[in-house]
Formats: sequence, C-alpha cells, structure tokens
Amino acid sequence: MASTADTAPILEMREIRKTFFTVKALTGVELTAWSGEIHALMGENGAGKSTLMKILSGAYRADVGGEIKLAGQPVTIDGPLAAKRLGIAVIYQELSLSPNLTVAENIHLGRELSKSGLIDRARMERDSAPVLERLGADFGPKTLVSDLSIAERQLVEIARAVHADARILVMDEPTTALSSRETDRLFSLVRQLKAEGMAIIYISHRMNEVYELADRVSVLRDGGYVGTLTRAELSAERLVKMMVGRDISGFYKKAQGEHHKTGALMLEVKDFADGRRVKNVSLTVRAGEVVALAGLVGSGRTELARLVFGADKRISGDLWLEGQRVELHSPSAALATGVAYLTEDRKAQGLFLDMSVHDNINLAVFGRDAGRGGVLDLGSAARRATTAIEVLKIRVAGPHVEVGTLSGGNQQKVLLSRLLETAPRVLLLDEPTRGVDIGAKSEIYRLIDELAARGVAILVISSELPEVVGISDRVVVMRDGIVAGELDGSAEAPITQEAIMELATGAKTTAAA
Amino acid sequence: MTEKPESAPASTAQKGPDSRARFQSVVRTVGMAPILILLCLLFEVLSIVNAVGSWSEAFNQVMNGHFWDVVISGRFASAQNLSIVAQQAAVNMVLAAGMTFVILTGGIDLSVGSILAAAAMVALIFSNIPDLWWLAIPMGVVTGLIFGVINGSLVAYLRLPPFIVTLGALTAVRGIARLIGDDKTVFNADLQFAVIGNGAVYGVPWLVIIAFAVILVSWFVLRRTVLGVHIYAVGGNEDAARLSGIKVPLVLLFVYGASGALAGLGAVMQAARLYAANGLQLGQSYELDAIAAVILGGTSFVGGIGSIWGTLIGALIIAVLSNGLVLIGISDIWQFIIKGLVIIGAVALDRYRLSSSART
Ligand SMILES: Nc1ncnc2c1ncn2[C@@H]1O[C@H](COP(=O)(O)OP(=O)(O)OP(=O)(O)O)[C@@H](O)[C@H]1O
Ligand SMILES: [Mg+2]
Repeated sequence: MASTADTAPILEMREIRKTFFTVKALTGVELTAWSGEIHALMGENGAGKSTLMKILSGAYRADVGGEIKLAGQPVTIDGPLAAKRLGIAVIYQELSLSPNLTVAENIHLGRELSKSGLIDRARMERDSAPVLERLGADFGPKTLVSDLSIAERQLVEIARAVHADARILVMDEPTTALSSRETDRLFSLVRQLKAEGMAIIYISHRMNEVYELADRVSVLRDGGYVGTLTRAELSAERLVKMMVGRDISGFYKKAQGEHHKTGALMLEVKDFADGRRVKNVSLTVRAGEVVALAGLVGSGRTELARLVFGADKRISGDLWLEGQRVELHSPSAALATGVAYLTEDRKAQGLFLDMSVHDNINLAVFGRDAGRGGVLDLGSAARRATTAIEVLKIRVAGPHVEVGTLSGGNQQKVLLSRLLETAPRVLLLDEPTRGVDIGAKSEIYRLIDELAARGVAILVISSELPEVVGISDRVVVMRDGIVAGELDGSAEAPITQEAIMELATGAKTTAAA
Repeated sequence: MTEKPESAPASTAQKGPDSRARFQSVVRTVGMAPILILLCLLFEVLSIVNAVGSWSEAFNQVMNGHFWDVVISGRFASAQNLSIVAQQAAVNMVLAAGMTFVILTGGIDLSVGSILAAAAMVALIFSNIPDLWWLAIPMGVVTGLIFGVINGSLVAYLRLPPFIVTLGALTAVRGIARLIGDDKTVFNADLQFAVIGNGAVYGVPWLVIIAFAVILVSWFVLRRTVLGVHIYAVGGNEDAARLSGIKVPLVLLFVYGASGALAGLGAVMQAARLYAANGLQLGQSYELDAIAAVILGGTSFVGGIGSIWGTLIGALIIAVLSNGLVLIGISDIWQFIIKGLVIIGAVALDRYRLSSSART
C-alpha cells in the first residue's frame, strides 16, 4: 500500500464529530487511506458510515475540532464542489445521475464542454468514449441513462469519477442492487482502479465482499471509531465482535437441511403473465413455508410479486388463497385479504420520508384500527409504534422522529414493521435484508422464522445466495420470466449456491421434477 | 438472538430528538406568526403617525406626556378595524382551507375563484324563487361540490395533471358562471341569509365564526382522522401510499371535492355580504390569495408537509396587509407591489429559517 513514493496517506481524517441536534452521529472518528488501497468501512446500521462519507464529500459539515488531510495537506471541505476539486468522488446508494441526459452529458455534468458558448456535445462524447472503454462498458456515450440498468448506471458514475481524475473514490453499499454476475464485474473494475493508484473506500454489510476486496477494514460502532484491521488480521468473528460489541452465533437461524413444519397450501400462483417481464409463472407456498424466489436481476421476480399483490395488472393467470380463487385488483384489496408485499425500493416506493416513524409504522392499519368513524385511534397507534420499535430493535430516539433521518437499515425495519402490523397470511418479501447490518439481518431471519412457525406463507426474493440457501425450505428459480426450476432440498435437488446459479443462468434447465 | 446492550433502541442520551421533533413541528406550525404580529405592530404605528400628522409631531406629543392619547389614536388595532380584517380574511380562509387539502396531496386548485362565482349565482337565483329560497345555501355548496368532484375525477381517474385540469376549469367554470345569470348581475335586496354576511353573535361576525369552524373541522380531519393521514401520505409519496393499501384516487377525489364545496360555502358568504352576484366579476383571482395563504403558512408545494394553522396565519397576513395598506393611505398600485414582495420575502425568510435549523 505505502509502497508508492508517497510518504503521507492520501486521506487522513481525525477526530471527526457530527451532531444532529442532540443525536451524536459521530464522536471522534478517524480514518486513514492510502493510494492504491481498498479500504472497507463497516459497522452496524446507524453506526455513522454514511455520515462520515457525507462529511468527506462536503454534503455535511463536521462539527469544529476535527481535521482532514489530503496527501499530508490540511484541507477544508465546505461543499460538494470543494470535494470534487480535491479529487473526492462518491457513489451513493441512491445514484445521482440525470436519467434524461446521455452518458456523455452525465459524465460531464457540472463541467460541460462548450465551444463559443454553445454546448459541445461532439467533444464531450469523444472525450467520454475512452474512459468508458477503459472501464469495459458495452454502451456508448450517446446512450440515454434512462435506458441503462442499475449496474450500467453505476458504471457511468464510476466513469464520471475517473474522468474527473478522482484520487479517492467512495462507494456506499454499491452491490445491493446488483446480481452476482454484475457484482463480479464491479469487483474487477474496483481492482483495476486500485491498480491505477486510486484509494477506494468501500462501505458494505456483506462479509464475503469485504474478504474478497479489502486491504484493510475500519470499523465504526455507535458513532465511534473501533479500530482498523489489515487483511492478515481479518476474521469473521473478530469483525463481528468489533461491529456489534459481542459474539453473534447462529447467524442463519435454520440449520441446513432442517425444514419448517408446513401446513396446507396457502398461496397458489397459476400461469401468471404480464405481457412484459413475466411470461409464465406458476408456484405454490404452503402455510408455514419459506420459499425463496431466486434468479438474476431482471428475471421478473419483482414483477411477479407485484402482480400477486395487485400493484400491476396481469394479462393471464389465476390466484388461489387457501384453496379459494381470489382476484386482487389493488394493493388495498391484497392487504385486506392478508397478502402483504415488501418493496425492494424502500425510498421511492416504501417510506414516507417526511413522516414520523410512528405514522410510517401505522400507515397500513390506521383504517383498520379506526373502524367506521374514521377517527384515528391514537392510543393503539402509539402502542403499535412503541412495540415495533422494541421488537425490531429500531435505532431511533423516539416514535416521532422523521423516518428520513434514520440510517438505511433502520428505515428497512420501519418498513417491515408496517407490513407485520397488517397481520398477513402471505408475505412477499422483496430483498428484505437490503442494506441491513448483520445484527439486524439475523433479527430479520429470526423474524421470518417466527412468522413461518405461526403459519404465515412466506415468499422471499433475494439476490444474496447465502441468504437464499440459509433461510429457505424450497427455492424457485426464475429465468427470463419463467420458472427455470425448483430445488426442494432433497438429494436430487439440493439447495446449494451452485445449483441455484446453474438454473438462474440457464446452465441447466430443471432439477426437481 | 439475545440482548443487544450496546445499541439499545432508545438510549437515554438520545431522549432529546423526539421532543425536539415535536418542538420542530410546533415551530413549523407557528412559523409565520411572528411576521403576522410584526405586521400588525407596524401598521398600528404607521396609522398612529398618520392620525397625528407626522413622526415628529407624534414624538413631541409623547414627550409632552400625551402618550395614551397618541396610542389610542391608532386606527389599525381598534376593535372595529380588527373585526373588519377578520371579515375580509373569512372568505379567503375558507377557500385556503380547501386549498390546503389539495396542496398537501401535491396538487393545486386554480378554479376556486370561478367556482365561487358560479356557486354564488346559483345561490342568489334560488334565493329569488319564492318557494325554494331555503335551497339557496345548500345549492350553493352543492354546486361547488359538483365542480370539485369533476376536477377530482379528472385528476384521480384520468391521471391528468392538476394544474392543467384546474386551469381549464378556471376558464370553463367562469364561462358557466356568466351563462347561469345570462351574463347579468343577480340581486336580492331581501336576501334571506344576509345575516351570514352582516350579522354577528355577541359581536363576533358570522363570517368569522364560519371561517373558524371550517379551520377547526379541517384540523380535525387532517390530524385526527384516517383520511387526514392518508392525505399527507399521498402527498409525501404517492407510490408508497398505493403500496400501503391507501386508495389514492378516493383521497384525491375527496380533496378536490372539499376544495370545491368550500368554494361553494365561500360563495354563500360572499353573496350574503353583497346581496348580489355577478358571474364575471365575483371571485376574480381569489385562487391566488388562497394559494398565497397556504404557501405563507409553510405548506410545501410538493405536498406532504404543512398544517391548517399555518394557513390560518397566512390568510390573516394577507388580510392585514390589504387592510393596513389601505388604512395608511398607500395607493392601490403600490399595494399590489408591496403585497407581492411581502409574500415572496416572508416565504424566503421561512425557508431560510427552516433550512438553517432543521437539516444540515
Ligand atoms: N440528517 C440527519 N438528521 C438527524 N439524524 C441523522 C441524520 N443523518 C443521520 N442521522 C443519524 O446519524 C446516525 C448515523 O447514520 P448513518 O446514516 O451515517 O449510518 P450508517 O452507518 O450509514 O448506517 P446504514 O448501514 O444503516 O446505512 C443515525 O443514528 C442516524 O439516525
Ligand atoms: Mg448508510
């Protein structure tokens, strides 16, 4: 790492503090990164990782007293522009591209090239092409960003950073929306940038990614700095202990091969199609069963779940609940029948960021609790909110705090508790542990387990293979809008990551008959 | 999983923010009240100076021990004038209450002025029919409701943009208002419900009582009913609202319907004051005052954030401005200019205050 001629690290942050009103988000954190290093930043939800990076990128200003040095020089970062000029680029979880502009325009955003006052598109395109090529993009600079997949958009953001000669690249949970193949590509790209001498700060909750990539790992806990491990010192137990402050055992609750006790058929989806992404899907989930819906991103899993939930219209197919044919024309009808859906996109489709945790948790049941008069039952709403915060260990000062100020993982828990309040019979969970730390993850797994034990039929969409293998009784694998095959855990169709990938990529078509 | 000692959900050190969050919402609610008070003081002082003659004269008199004489010579803060201000604010308050519902969902209703004109015509025409005069008030409100529901249906079910729908209605309903009375002014010198516009109970004008009742009911709907939470939710995130099982079209239908019905109520109030209605002139640009009141009240134009108390204060600010400027003898050309600037300035101040205290 320090093998380069530089004697000072490219980035040194010391005694960084940040207080929001009375919430101490950061209490004296330090971070040192060298050029040509991949430095992972880990910690539980709400530990302060994103806040630290927002200070580095000029989105927030740190409280006075801290110090930031770049290549040995003390600097003041008083805004996003200053950070950009200093060669700091950040790729947030919510990508910050303008979808209505082309790739070249996005790469040049804020630094447009012009010729005698007019925008010089041709030169911007010529200029972006080599960068895109170097990063291995298979789309051109003239492509509209709205036509790109999430992985491709991420690549555009990276291209923007490279094009701006960034020396430090921060990636905040970059793989949460990527398939495993896209993740592999991203990793080789990150390694390439590292070889070119960039310092990369990589935030992730996924242990295996950190193992694969990181040269060093720094850990935050409760807004404080816990320590930094080098690659040689890395071990899962040690990391977890640093993050959580204690040992976690029994990560995936259900031991391999052990199944939930399942009851009668609860959910039956027959020949569903929407004329676009979903071509023909049939599947069943029994009461008390956890079925994982695996497949590559874009295979139609989310679309299928939305069809079942009545959020989108299907063109064919029947839906059966407990042996009865039902028609769910809208989410409100679905919820009333006991079918609940957790969206994969919590910010855009799930949460009301300006509303309180209390309101967000109760939103789907205000009507039920109120009864005919429509007057809010504030007592039961307050009880629900307090209980949910306790049961799911949501890290928040109180129920009246706005959801928008919570860390990502805690927002996810708020959304999850809204669903659970509706007491569903069928739960459709779309990436339920996206952006959630290991502690919370194991809590969510335990919760899934408990719900299954109470007889809820659960369909989990997940792109994390260890998770799929760990929690499910049965796996249905989708590919290109159809069911590619099913793995029931029997000797002929064991639930393994390899078997799932084979089906998902089309290497093999069917497993269990 | 066992206990999780180090990251307990609500550690004592963090008790603050919850009460802080509540405090914030109070601040947001009273937001513009200081500006209202400041404006009142300003107009009172200016009206005193006006009455006495000049600043130096006023100063002399105070120095000579005539302090109280000087103070009571102010005309702005007299009971009579304040009652006039409240009456002037009343109709706008009723329209602005409806507008608050609409803007909270992220929409806009540009048609309330025209709806008010049409509903006033209908009310007066009924009041002139000997056997049906008692239908005048209900028919006025129902007329407003019908137009509102039409707006709402177009927005909710045809998914047309609210700005376009109500802009169209602004023109079309104005035409209908003129059509209703054959483009003439309708009079009724013995208007049966004139007491609404001119009478008072224990000195409090009926107009003011009605306006405050509307504000109170609106508060109840917004803050104490399921519908109210759903209105905020639709404005905050429409996609999420739908996925949480909220019937978004019904919510939209309600807010536009309510805005229309309240415009109908405003029509009855206005007609009662005037004993007459004219399809062409009545309610011209009322929508702008209503929108200004809502925005002055701190309600976000994109929806999801705001309160009815803010709207109340916003409407009072506008009424105080109009009244005060007349009182101190500013020419009406300058009244327009000053009113516009105050609205922009007040909102700018508010945003600045919020952004510097709330989010960093
Ligand atoms: N704008 C804000 N206002 C108030 N509190 C905030 C704000 N932003 C962050 N916080 C608080 O600061 C703490 C740290 O949040 P941060 O987003 O940095 O966590 P994180 O480590 O990135 O977590 P995650 O893994 O869930 O993304 C949390 O307790 C959060 O509630
Ligand atoms: Mg974060």
